[in-house]
Amino acid sequence: MKRLLIALFCILTLPVFANEPAATTAEATDQEAFNPGEMILHHIGDSHEWHFATLGNAEHGTHVTIPLPVIAYQPAKGLSVFSSSKLAHGQAYNGLKLEHEHLMAEDGSKVYDFSITKNTASLILSAVLLLLVFTAVASGYKKNHGKAPKGVQSFFEPIILFIRDEVAKKSIGPKYERYMPYLLTVFFFIWFNNLLGLMPGAANLTGNIAVTFTLAVLTLIITLASSNKYYWAHIFATPGVPKALLPIMIPVELIGIVVKPFSLMVRLFANITAGHIVILSFISLIFIFKSAALAPVSLAFGLFINVLELLVAILQAYIFTLLTAMYIGGAVETHHDADLQMGGGNGVEPAHAH
Amino acid sequence: MQIVTPEFGLIFWQLVIFLTVLFLLAKFAWKPILLSLKEREDSIESALRMADQAKLEMQQLKAGNEKLLTDARIERDKMMQEASQMANQLVETAKNKATEEGSRMIMQAREAIQNEKNAALTEVKNTAAKLSIDIAERILRRELADSSSQQQLVDSYLKDVKLN
Repeated sequence: MKRLLIALFCILTLPVFANEPAATTAEATDQEAFNPGEMILHHIGDSHEWHFATLGNAEHGTHVTIPLPVIAYQPAKGLSVFSSSKLAHGQAYNGLKLEHEHLMAEDGSKVYDFSITKNTASLILSAVLLLLVFTAVASGYKKNHGKAPKGVQSFFEPIILFIRDEVAKKSIGPKYERYMPYLLTVFFFIWFNNLLGLMPGAANLTGNIAVTFTLAVLTLIITLASSNKYYWAHIFATPGVPKALLPIMIPVELIGIVVKPFSLMVRLFANITAGHIVILSFISLIFIFKSAALAPVSLAFGLFINVLELLVAILQAYIFTLLTAMYIGGAVETHHDADLQMGGGNGVEPAHAH
Repeated sequence: MQIVTPEFGLIFWQLVIFLTVLFLLAKFAWKPILLSLKEREDSIESALRMADQAKLEMQQLKAGNEKLLTDARIERDKMMQEASQMANQLVETAKNKATEEGSRMIMQAREAIQNEKNAALTEVKNTAAKLSIDIAERILRRELADSSSQQQLVDSYLKDVKLN
């Protein structure tokens, strides 16, 4: 079985091996060869090193990069930690190598990759930034106790109040206070990382499916953990639905539990990644047409999309937070007078009509 | 396909770091921030309520003052009226008294004049009597210078006495 897998693996990776020399020779012979798809995927994807720029020739020029630590766990060999610079240019180190930014063992054995990748480094950076900014805001409240807010405090106060009053209070109801820390953290985490992702050379953290997946799972866990009997009653005995339809309704509602966080995951990932792809595509136009005359046009469009992305950054953070609050609100709701879920009203309305 | 495949390592780090940030922010940022916001809202609320109350009290006070003022005004009017009445009365009595006194004095004067007149009249009478006696005496002296005429007179007197 294992041998079969290895064989399959070899077959699958063959085209990659075959492609690589071809691509490098093509680049060597024709410097203008430019593959926008590859460039864009490289920019929006994760990497084991933080690459800022390449000066001069792609093959022989200087790469301005920060090597990041690789942390790999192999069941057979144990933990190994080393700099990613040792894996640069496809070199192998300690029996490990990078295959299209994917850490693999040379012998094909299983590797658990805990590396501090570009995204992880950016994640740590944003975590530090969040902690610094919001402890500063909190200290502002201690310093200006009972007085008007000042500086960074007065910038974030309306946003915090908005999340509390417009998102948490309206969607969750009287029990909103328990969920405020999660909602605020999610909002500012997504917003800060969306903005950090727009900086040149930065990582595309909130456009990474692993990150949005984790956030969505946390929302799912919180929703399920705070759900009450009304929530489950709504799923297993949807009010106003005939008994005969329940065998259809119950699976639909159960799928709905998972689909909601899944939509959160995909929405954030797709929005941020799409924005990056569009900006990079406009910039790629210059290189595709090999003309500097096109630069003003593509820069104007790129700038427009970039400004739009600034709006999308806060909008997506708001939508993620609002939907999380609504899902939690649906789970903690005690009455069905404010039904946010689909299908609830369908059964009630005909009853009124008759 | 790589971009839609969640990587295990990043999920692990995201979970660890996000939960750490959540815990630290909840403890050191959100808790004090939300508490201060609530405190401030409560203090504003209570301040507004207190201002409302003060306004109400002020209104009550103003109404009380108004009442006091009207009362005072009425009192003053009453006092003024009383005072003018009293003054009128006083003037009236004074006038009456003066008239009375005047008339009494006039009467006294009249009486005195009458007395004086009477006295003067008596004196005039007396003087007249005396004068006439004097004149009569003189006349008599001149008439009775000769003894015949004296006799004649005595005779006439005697005649008169006899007749009586």
